[in-house]
Amino acid sequence: MKDREAVILPLLAAGVLLTGWHFSVVWTHTQIFPSPVDVVRGLAELMHKGLLGSYTRDSLYRVSAGYSLAVILGVPIGIILGWYELPAITVNPLIQMMRPISPLAWMPLSVIWFGVSDLAPIFLIFLGAFFPIVVSTMNSVRNVPPMYVQAGRNFGLSPAALFRRVIFPAILPRVLSGLRIALGIAWIVLVAAEMIAVDSGLGYLIIDSRNAGKRYDLVVAGMFLIGIIGLCLDLLVRRTEKLRSVRWGFRTE
Amino acid sequence: MTTKSVAVVAELATEVKVSVRNLDMIFQTDGKSVSVLERISLDIREGEFVCLLGPSGCGKSTLLNILAGFLRPTSGEVTIQGEPVRGPDPRRIFVFQERGVFPWLTVEGNIGFGLFKLPKEERAARVAYYIKMVGLEGFEQAYPSELSGGMKQRLEVARALAVNPDVLFLDEPFGALDSITRLLMRGELLRIWETERKTILFVTHDIEESVQLADRVVVMSARPATIRRVVDIDIPHPRDLSSRRYIELRDGIFEEIGLAHKV
Repeated sequence: MKDREAVILPLLAAGVLLTGWHFSVVWTHTQIFPSPVDVVRGLAELMHKGLLGSYTRDSLYRVSAGYSLAVILGVPIGIILGWYELPAITVNPLIQMMRPISPLAWMPLSVIWFGVSDLAPIFLIFLGAFFPIVVSTMNSVRNVPPMYVQAGRNFGLSPAALFRRVIFPAILPRVLSGLRIALGIAWIVLVAAEMIAVDSGLGYLIIDSRNAGKRYDLVVAGMFLIGIIGLCLDLLVRRTEKLRSVRWGFRTE
Repeated sequence: MTTKSVAVVAELATEVKVSVRNLDMIFQTDGKSVSVLERISLDIREGEFVCLLGPSGCGKSTLLNILAGFLRPTSGEVTIQGEPVRGPDPRRIFVFQERGVFPWLTVEGNIGFGLFKLPKEERAARVAYYIKMVGLEGFEQAYPSELSGGMKQRLEVARALAVNPDVLFLDEPFGALDSITRLLMRGELLRIWETERKTILFVTHDIEESVQLADRVVVMSARPATIRRVVDIDIPHPRDLSSRRYIELRDGIFEEIGLAHKV
């Protein structure tokens, strides 16, 4: 019963939205907003030109590269900062200062540093994901109940075994939540990052369609693609939260 | 009444297991120093069941943490079998309220947690034995979130017993349980103690609980905690909770703490 509702109700909402959208465009005869039919036609055109696949692939590549780098560096740094007091005291103010700077503010510099290449958007995506990952991982280590660590020590675990058998499993659920949020941010940063320095990808599609001929049907088609892929990525990452060894950390069931 | 005065040195009939000498503990917080434990001296014999009884926040848990090696005293000395305590040790296991079980491991995984040095078959046999002892058969693959509070508590006791320690430290282990489960758990603990004969140090603020369980009750004062009196509970198990001797000992402790035994 619940499962069926979880599929039918969202579809119903989407249907209502599409219908409302379609008729408001038709009735107002607006020229600056496409109807759903125009958008579908735009998507078909993109597919026909072979751009749909190649732009999506390029965007996914940039996000995976920037995001993976952020995970590979951010998780270990977060663990170190969560566990050892001195490094945390030393660099935490710096991190808290860097964090509110939007990755987009780095755009001018990244263009100078990396030129017209994939590296510029990858760098911006990395920045967008890195700080949230560091901070959430650090907090997850700090929030490990001291009892778990005491019990681990009591049973005679070496520091390495303590990390592997206690700290790591204890922080895993929170770290996964942090990774999921960071992936969302990476995907948001992507669009803006692709508006500079590159000539492919979904962000480029949006800015290029507007600049070259005011093709608002393609602009909205690009937005739609970004939304759909973002949803798929989130669903994919959420699946990890169902693993038995981390399920205890998610009390939503 | 067979109560004895402060700093009782055990009779030499059985071996002294845990020895505490002139222990002081002072915490530094916000530039102020707070004295938590003052001149604690105590001997605990091998296989003895001792309750540390005192009001909430008096420092009895601090004392237990020092004995377990998690905290260092400001001054004084703790020796276990003649060896000074320098840190936590698998021969002496600390049992938290059920919150100490690892939620990412199954019942089996938790009980086997400390057995990483044993070969696989031996570990499996040990795990099975203790699952049976604490009555968790059928829940081997269950995760702690699927267990009741009492079951989690038994799981933590089983995890501690599995590594075959000499001493168990229990810090208000039944404090979070409902009163019926708490009564059942006391019976379980006594049954396990009678088969395994570990030395047990049990912290509680429940006078009835201490008189039901312990061979000796160490009555502590409010902070800074000192030992007010050590009471011998000379009633054989199973104890009749309406016997004259039980009521006499219990009321003696109520009086010692300065509580009118009336509601």
